[in-house]
This record gives sequence, C-alpha cells and structure tokens, in this order.
Amino acid sequence: MKTYLPPKFVVERDDSRCIRCEVCVNQCTFDVNSYDIEDDEIKSREENCVGCHRCVVFCPTEALTVRRNPLDYRENYNWRPEVIEDIIKQSETGGVLLTGMGNDKSYRIYWDHLVLNASQVTNPSIDPLREPMELTTYLGQKPDRVEFSSVGLKTELAPQVKLEVPVMFSAMSYGAVSLNVQESLARAATEMGTLWNTGEGGLHPKLYKYGDNTTVQVASGRFGVHPEYLDVARIVEIKIGQGAKPGIGGHLPGEKVSAEVAMTRMIPRGTDALSPAPQHDIYSIEDLSQLVYALKEATNYTKPVAVKIAAVHNSAAIASGMVRAGADIIVLDGLRGATGAAPKIIRDNVGIPIELALASVDDRLRQEGIRNQASVVIAGGIRNSGDVAKAIALGADAVYIATAALVALGCTVCQQCHTGKCAWGICTTDLWLTKRVNPDIGARRLSNLLRGWSLELKDILGGMGINALESLRGNRLHLRGVGLTDTELEILGVRMAGS
Amino acid sequence: MKELSRINNFYHDDKVMDACSLFGMMDTAGRRFSGKEVIEAIANMHVRGNGLGGGFAIYGLFPKYANYYAFHIMYLSREGQARVEDFLEQKFHVPHAEEVPTRPIPAIVNPPLVWRYFLEVQNEGTNSQSEDEYVIDRVMEINTQIEDAFVFSSGKNMGVFKGVGYPEEIAEYFCLEQYEGYLWTAHGRFPTNTPGWWGGAHPFNILDWTVVHNGEISSYGINRRYLEQFGYNCTMQTDTEVVAYAVDLLMRRHGLPVEIAAKVLAPPLWSQIERCSPEEQRIFRTLRQVYGSLLLNGPFTVIIAHQGEMIGLTDRIKLRPLTVGVKGSVLYLSSEESAIRLVCPDLDRAWIPMGGEPIVGSLEKPLEPARHCEEHKRRGNL
Repeated sequence: MKTYLPPKFVVERDDSRCIRCEVCVNQCTFDVNSYDIEDDEIKSREENCVGCHRCVVFCPTEALTVRRNPLDYRENYNWRPEVIEDIIKQSETGGVLLTGMGNDKSYRIYWDHLVLNASQVTNPSIDPLREPMELTTYLGQKPDRVEFSSVGLKTELAPQVKLEVPVMFSAMSYGAVSLNVQESLARAATEMGTLWNTGEGGLHPKLYKYGDNTTVQVASGRFGVHPEYLDVARIVEIKIGQGAKPGIGGHLPGEKVSAEVAMTRMIPRGTDALSPAPQHDIYSIEDLSQLVYALKEATNYTKPVAVKIAAVHNSAAIASGMVRAGADIIVLDGLRGATGAAPKIIRDNVGIPIELALASVDDRLRQEGIRNQASVVIAGGIRNSGDVAKAIALGADAVYIATAALVALGCTVCQQCHTGKCAWGICTTDLWLTKRVNPDIGARRLSNLLRGWSLELKDILGGMGINALESLRGNRLHLRGVGLTDTELEILGVRMAGS
Repeated sequence: MKELSRINNFYHDDKVMDACSLFGMMDTAGRRFSGKEVIEAIANMHVRGNGLGGGFAIYGLFPKYANYYAFHIMYLSREGQARVEDFLEQKFHVPHAEEVPTRPIPAIVNPPLVWRYFLEVQNEGTNSQSEDEYVIDRVMEINTQIEDAFVFSSGKNMGVFKGVGYPEEIAEYFCLEQYEGYLWTAHGRFPTNTPGWWGGAHPFNILDWTVVHNGEISSYGINRRYLEQFGYNCTMQTDTEVVAYAVDLLMRRHGLPVEIAAKVLAPPLWSQIERCSPEEQRIFRTLRQVYGSLLLNGPFTVIIAHQGEMIGLTDRIKLRPLTVGVKGSVLYLSSEESAIRLVCPDLDRAWIPMGGEPIVGSLEKPLEPARHCEEHKRRGNL
C-alpha cells in the first residue's frame, strides 16, 4: 500500500563539506543514508528519518543538518498534523499505535509554575562552598518516636537505605535497554551513593557486584525473580504500574530476547516476554500486603520493600492503603513517565501529573499520621535539579530519573524505543548497536550529571538558608505558585507568588 | 471562632518574623532573687529590639499558690473578661483571682486589662485526660473561641509578663522589680512587620514551658506540618511557637532527656556522626532519621525554661549569638556578654558555646563552679 505519510524530517547535506566517509551511513539504524558509488554521492531516504541526530553528531565535517520538514497542512487546531498522521498510520496498519518515551503532550508542567524561595536580610543565606550542606537521605519506614531504656537506645529501626543524593535511576529492564546501559547506571549509582533499578527483566550476573546500589523489581511477569536476585539487592520494588501506561502490561518482542536476555529473564530465547496488566496474585489491597510480606520474609526483613504505582485519580487513597499494607517506600510514577514501548493512546491520555499526585499523597499520609511509615519517591518527567528541589519541597523523599539519565547517555528523546533500532545503542539489544554505549564513558556521563545536580541542590538549599535537605522536605512555604488557579494552588498546598 | 493567626499575623505572611535580645538568669541553688538585674541586663541590649515587644518569664513566683495553675489572661473588653470568668468557674476551681498590678507609664499605650487566676483542675471534668492535657485544651479553647481574651501564661508557680514596648518599659509597667523568682528569662523584640499585639510578644508559654527566641527558622514549614500530625495547631504562626511545641513533644510526650531533645533540634552533621563512637552513631543517626522534620534549620538562639530547668541552645552552625556566664550557683545566658558583665562584673567564667551545644541549668544539678569548669575543660570548650 502506498503510504500517505510525508517525511517528518529533512536531511540536508552540505556537499562542499561531505568527504564521503560514510559515517552517517553506518550510524543510521533507520536506513536513511546510503552511499551511491556510481554517483559518488550520499543519498538520504528522508521518510525514514526519526530526527535522532546520531548522524549529525557523528559527522566529522559537520556537513549534516536535520530539520523538521516544513510541510504545512491547512491550519486546524483540532486536526493537527499529529492527529492526521496517527489516523493515516492506523488506516495503513490496522493496529494499536505504539510509541516510546513519555507523554509529549502540552499538559501543564507544574514544575514550571512553581518558584523557589531564598533568604534576604532576616536570615543569612549559606554558601555551600564554605559551609557544610547535607543532602543525605534515608529511605525506609520510620517509627513515630525514639525510645531510650536505662542502658541506651531502645528503638530499632526497620531497614534504612542511605542516599548521598536524593536522585535514583528509575526502572529500565535488561531487554528494553542494553546491558551496557545497565552497567553504566549501576556504576554511576555506586560511585555517587545512590541506587539504580533493574526494572522487571531480572539482573544479569555480571551486575551482582553492584547489588548494594541496586533496586530489584518484582513485576507482573516475575521475570528473573529468584532467591539470589532478592538477596543481592538493597531494595525490592513491587511494580504495580507505570506512569507511561497505567493499567497496561508490557511486551518485549521475541526479537529482543537474545541469549543473555533469555538467561536473565529465565525464559526461552526468542520468545515474547509478556508482562500481564495486573499482577495476577494481586487483585486487591490485602493481596498486595501478602506479597509485601512474602518478599520481606524471603529477604529476612533485611531490606525495604517498595511498591510502585502509576499516579492515577485515587492515588492518595491507594497510597494510604499501600502504606498500611506494609510498603516501606511508595513510588508514584506520573503522567510524563517514560517507557520502552506503550500504546500511544494510553501514554498520551491516562494518568495524572506527578506534582498533583505527590502533593495529595503527602497530604493524605500526614492527615492520617502515617507519613513517617513510608518514604515517598516520585518519578516521571524530572528534568533538572530545580524539579528535584520542588519535588522535595512538595514532600518527596527522593526522585527517580530515567529519561534524564538516558539523555546523559546520548538519547535525544526521538521516541523510537519500541522499534528496537535505537541509533544511540540505548534501547536495543542488537549487539552491533549496544556497543555504542561504552560503560566507562556512560558511567562518567551519569556521575557527572548527578554531581552537577548535587552542587545545584546545595546552592538552592544554601540560598534558602537551609543546610540539610530534611528541612526542605515537605516545606511548601519555600514554594510559590505562578499562573495557577486557586484549586491548583489548594491541591499543591502552595500560596500564590506575592501573597 | 476567632483566628489568632489573623491577629498575630496581620498580613497573613508565611509566619511572623522577628529578631531579638535574650537574657536568662537562674540560681541553680533555688534561691529567689528580684528582677532588678535581669531588667538592667536586658535594657542594656535596647538596640537589639525596636520597642514592638518585650517580656519576662519568672519561675518560683507564687510559693503560696505553687500547686495551682496560674493563668495570666489579657482582656480587650470587660465582656471578654466576664465570658472567661464564667468559663473558668465552670471548668476549674478558682481559689483566688486578682488584677495584675501595673503602674501607668507614658511609653505604654492602650494596654489590655490583665488578670491572673489560680486554678485547680477538678477531676470530674477531665475525662481521664491528664491534668496538663486538660489545661492545654482549655487554654486553646479560650484563645481560639472567646473574643477579646488571650491566655498568655498557664503554668504552676510561674508567670509570664509581656506586651508591646521595650522590655524595660514592660518591666516598669508590670512592677517586676517587686517580684522574686529563682529563674528569669527576658526578651526584647524586633519584629519585621507585625503591628504590635500584646499576645505576640515573647516569652511564648504553654503550661510551665516558656520559650524566648531570637532568629528565623527556615525549616518552619515542615516543622509545623510535622507537629500538626501530633495534634499541635500553630495558631500564632511564629517560629517560637514551633520551638515550644517541639520541646513539649520531645520532652513531655516522648520522654526524651533535654540533651537528646537538643540533638533533635540542632543535630550533629552526618559527617560528625560518622566520627562518633558506634553507639553514639546509632543514637544520632536514629534521631535524625526519625525526627529529621523537627530539625530547626536557619539561625536561632532559644532559651527554653520550665520548672527547675533553663536550657540555652543555638542552631548547629551558630548563626545567632549566645554567651554563657557562671558566678557561684548562678547561670547567665545572654545574647551579649556585656549584658552579663554589667550585672555581674566578676564572673567565675564566661564562654561562647558551640553551635548546637545545649547549656543546661538545673535545680537538680546545682552548679558548683569548679566542677562546671572541669566539665567544660573536658569537653574542650575552654
């Protein structure tokens, strides 16, 4: 069938610069560029271009420019190009449209409507270059009070996990991303005193040595879950849902299930790895409690058990139930949380913004006097240390990042994760591509990112006259809203700027 | 229902901000003394205030009525007084009531009417609550529900005197030179923008706890949200109120000793904790993990007092001043050393404590100058 889809991008090549080295030919995984030996010319099939900019970055003579194809339909706010093209795609395939990464729609990004405070006159700001500035965070259940007996401290805390920086790498499974990506994450987490997350694809034995900085996931497919997997980890996370596709399971196509992926996931090579939409042993809150305690029993109460949900309409009530079900950490993944593959219609339309979910969950847990019984971690669209500081001030104990981490490794958010053809070698198991991420360099890029954010967080804290992160946590007086309605301000628990 | 926050925090700021002078003087041997020196000392720090608030707390004040809750109440109208007195008659046994003696002076304008009542809790009214809890609830009831009345002192054998003016003017107005106590604290206030309200001056009081405070607590937002989980309503929206409730929670309700409570409010840095002994590490780490939301961050010095004890504490990086003086069994705490030297030129010792280091004077452990010196030598403070 002749496709009616126009090319999305224009690839421009400055012939006076091009040296016919064929780097762009070799780097492109979408078969855009090819060398015509007869004409001694590089040609481009622009309809294949996804705008990932791999060729642009690697062209040694900077001969390439990739621009959006300025093909303008007649202006129509309802029938925008994306809407038209989605219909074209479906009329040509008859299937569910798949996509990768997070929601790219224009839902309000509340971080951009919140501003932070600083000290002036009545208290001094603190210079983090000259004074101590503390970001240390402990995740885990805390008791209501500390008790002493005649011989000393009587209170024994449930297992606590120390983070040097309140930013962890979010779940990305082996199979979705490559082992080199996971190794980069694991090594950076270890260096920076934080944690990375296996996702639901098991843990490759090569990464066991990073176990102290690893969160292992137990999800609906139970891929790669075995005693050693649980024993080696620092935190065990039950995955109920994901912000990019609340209520939807996962599907790793057989093509991506290589020998190593098959071994790690404990499934036959080349078979589809299907994660059911629900966990079929959790149809209710009491079932969740049983799994939480089954995992605590299995790990002899040595590590916190986290439960991750997608942020949805009743998050506050659900979160309260999760805490009562024994979760030591609750993870909320918001509307803009990303994925390796999801139905586009789900990604773009289901779930709620993480800022609102966080504010209402933190409020609810405090109203019920159980906020100390679980740490709250949020995920979904955190872009920089400013977002981190705002999330902490709204009440998060720590945040997860995944898209930002992948961008540090080269990702340009071209949303082709589901194709398995990632030209940056990130979201693929093709051995020809995965070597594009060198774990030595990847770990360094990721550590640098966290180091930069740590320094910025310290500057932000110091400016507020605060020298420990716990004094910002849940301290919404350090936030003000700009351009928000009264209802939004009320839910966020934040006052309007100037008031 | 009246909202105290509207009265005290007229512009509805995040909180009421102020800076101040502090002075505390305690004879740890329990001897009572007049307020003459305390007034002289706080007056010496006149320029640290701006005349919009001054106050004193005196312990060991009413030996004759030592077992009765001594309510000090300010009234803006006779109707308010009538309503409160009806209420007190219903809720308490009132063996004695009197108007607090004052002398008119030009500096004090529009003072409220101030009365004191000695009260006894009758068992049938308390519903198995402790007497203290019962009294706290009644104070909150008057302060939030009865118009034109405000209880600003509610402890036994102690009293708070405060108002709008410089502290030496407040002392003169309330004739404080005529009172005697074994422990005095005093406060001169420099609020940044609050219109003067008598109830907003320091000391802040609940039961026999008083707090005088200099500083601004940048962690106020989370301290307050944490305390709200335990049922404390921060009706006044001041840092000082948060300090008082935090101390009440930690020491009275959670039963922690003062040294431990101080480590919650001004904890050692994580890097310092790592250099402690294993047992200390366990204690300090647990305290920060559990009570991290009570860390008072930002500049502050407080003098906290209750029956038999006076505690001086600064924030952990010492952004507000505190000087300690010792003479015989008398312990002095002051924003400025000169104020102590003015009233006691021949101190045995004077020193500046480390940030976050609590200075405790207690009737149970009267100061012996020699021993005190030794202790501080050992702790490296000399």
